[in-house]
Amino acid sequence: MRKLLLEHISEPGIETFDVYRKKGGYASVEKSLKTMTPDQVTEQVKASGLRGRGGAGFPAGMKWSFLDRKSDKPRYLVCNADESEPGTFKDRYLMEKIPHLLIEGMITSSYALGAKTSYIYIRGEYMYIVRILEKAIEEAYAAGFLGKNILGTEYSLDLYVHPGAGAYICGEETALLESLEGKRGNPRLKPPFPAIAGLYASPTVVNNVETIAAVVPIINLSGDEYAKIGLGKSTGTKLISASGHINKSGVYEIELGLPVEEFIYSDQYCGGVWKGRKLKAVVAGGSSVPILPAELILKTAKGEPRLMTYESLSDGGFISGTMLGSGGFIVMDETTSIVKNLYTFARFYHHESCGQCSPCREGTGWMEKILHRLHHGHGRKEDIDILVDVAKKIEGNTICPLGDAAAWPVASAIRHFRSEFEECVNNSMKVKELVH
Amino acid sequence: MAKVVIDGTEIEVADGITILNAARQLGGHSVPPAMCYYSTLKGSGGKCRVCLVKVAQGSAKDPRPMPKLVASCSTPVADGMVIQNLTSPEVLEARKGVVEFLLINHPLDCPICDQAGECDLQNLAYEHGVGKTRYEEERRKFEKIDIGDKIKLHMTRCILCYRCTMVANQLTDNRVHGVLNRGDASEISTYIEKAVDNDFSGNMIDVCPVGALTDKTFRFKSRVWFTKPMDAHRNCTKCSGKVVLWMKDNEVLRVSARKDQYGEVKEFICNECRYDHKSATDWTIEGPRHIDRHSVIAQNHYEKTDLLTLKKEIERQIEFQKGKPLPEPNRTLAE
Repeated sequence: MRKLLLEHISEPGIETFDVYRKKGGYASVEKSLKTMTPDQVTEQVKASGLRGRGGAGFPAGMKWSFLDRKSDKPRYLVCNADESEPGTFKDRYLMEKIPHLLIEGMITSSYALGAKTSYIYIRGEYMYIVRILEKAIEEAYAAGFLGKNILGTEYSLDLYVHPGAGAYICGEETALLESLEGKRGNPRLKPPFPAIAGLYASPTVVNNVETIAAVVPIINLSGDEYAKIGLGKSTGTKLISASGHINKSGVYEIELGLPVEEFIYSDQYCGGVWKGRKLKAVVAGGSSVPILPAELILKTAKGEPRLMTYESLSDGGFISGTMLGSGGFIVMDETTSIVKNLYTFARFYHHESCGQCSPCREGTGWMEKILHRLHHGHGRKEDIDILVDVAKKIEGNTICPLGDAAAWPVASAIRHFRSEFEECVNNSMKVKELVH
Repeated sequence: MAKVVIDGTEIEVADGITILNAARQLGGHSVPPAMCYYSTLKGSGGKCRVCLVKVAQGSAKDPRPMPKLVASCSTPVADGMVIQNLTSPEVLEARKGVVEFLLINHPLDCPICDQAGECDLQNLAYEHGVGKTRYEEERRKFEKIDIGDKIKLHMTRCILCYRCTMVANQLTDNRVHGVLNRGDASEISTYIEKAVDNDFSGNMIDVCPVGALTDKTFRFKSRVWFTKPMDAHRNCTKCSGKVVLWMKDNEVLRVSARKDQYGEVKEFICNECRYDHKSATDWTIEGPRHIDRHSVIAQNHYEKTDLLTLKKEIERQIEFQKGKPLPEPNRTLAE
């Protein structure tokens, strides 16, 4: 398996500028600034077929091309390092171990977009990584890769790290921009999209850490070469944060197209379900995406093997499929209570809803309260139908995708594991009868 | 100019205005309700989600429907757009859901609430809500607080429309008022309970769609339907001086700004007019105020509480406009 991002991760001292540079670091900056125009860099990213690694999977090159280049306002590149999706920890690993890769990607991408100032917005819980990044930025300034006239060219760039206060909602790009501007992190109404009026009402691109880091190998290899890695429209490599009931949890870089079965059971990756237990369910892309039972995560409804690609994982829509999302791969063994797991997720979304729009503000709390009762043996017969209905009424009716993210796990858990919820209700009924 | 079709009726409106404002130009049943949008407050809207509509055709150039329901208060029209409000069962279903969400944490203390009788949430619930609640969990509660010496805040009743924070932001010279915390723990508050003291702060009371912000000089004085609203004016150096006096006999119980049929104030008034001139002799009284609110009671919607019946009625009228013979009208309770 080919590694593009984590190739030198085990090199001692790779977090320092000197070692990173010796291993071929900052080559993409030299190549792009000295031999390519900004548009040529954008073309390479387009040709690579790179898709956003933050969760939505939107083609990065296309996002860049939406940027309003005619505007006389300054343009900004903002890196979304507010990695808060439960089950996802790939960006933390990348920034902690190999910070210069992100900084290199930021310089190359900022050059392509014509940004003179760029920001890395990082979640407040990652304070120690802020220090790592700031040190790396200092080294890059000292080496002439940041600041005025980088490498003697006309291009200048200032890069800042901005820590948030720790809110899930600030991972939504417009809430992130509000927070970066120093306001309350509420998502904005779209349109206008950030590409037209983003940070300080100026044209802005917001990209995930991994997306920006992937620009480095794309420029080094060329877009076409990068596009050969992976499968179909899912090009390149992806960092997967594997956690849960597996033998070897951690961050793995995989080529997209790897069969899910191989990823779970191969010793090279997760090494199988722990304690010799059976696989029960998998949440494939962070807590927001629909949960799938073992038979549907290993094979699609059509009986084809499920692959780690954007397309294969979403095969069957939300009836029998899920999403690659942010790559937070949570594995659950046969002893897991789906009800309890869902309660944990619902509690998270209730806690993190910004409270701006009614369906999400009220609906997430309602779902949590019902699940709390179900899990603690106070379920009622009508609870399951109310949960399904509340999830349906939140989904699609909110300002930002947090509402969808809160509704999908509920809808899918009940779709695939309804009997477990019914059992909860039945047990509650029995207890009630015994008491009375 | 853009030609749009709202619930089967075509109308030509200015480019770039929102669907909600286009519908308001058309008037009648097709105007979506709005709990947070306020035309005179910049940046308002998009939050309550009761004005969701379906865009069945995006524009003449791109006829694809929009994938989700959109907030009509913040979505601009495009030439050739086809919008469904009451004619879309999907919209009615979603709206019913939003009304339910707005009510689950609302205390439903209308019998002791000063806003009752002129409350947007009451009207909305009457028209779009269901008679029974499915919510059996504990409702959220907050302590009542004073923000300034003239305004009482009942956070428990608040639906977080953010209108009052925009008043504080846009009409007054100090940003003294905002939202604390998040999710359903969000609360409207002043910075460390600092008093709201500003010439125009009283307008927060008028923009509040529910009974969360009430006038302390009027609280518990009278039910609003026992008062007589009178248009009146006086020469004021700070504001237009055009107000409504809410009178009982010759006593002025309350002074408020004038609201239009959508409950919106076009000319905000100053605190001096609102609080300091509570004598009828201070004012030139113009005459009784016609309250043309979008209330269900005012519009006699209760004849057709079943919205699907209403939808059929609209479709029947559309057919009629097209020159087709009018089918037998649906029998209603009034008949």
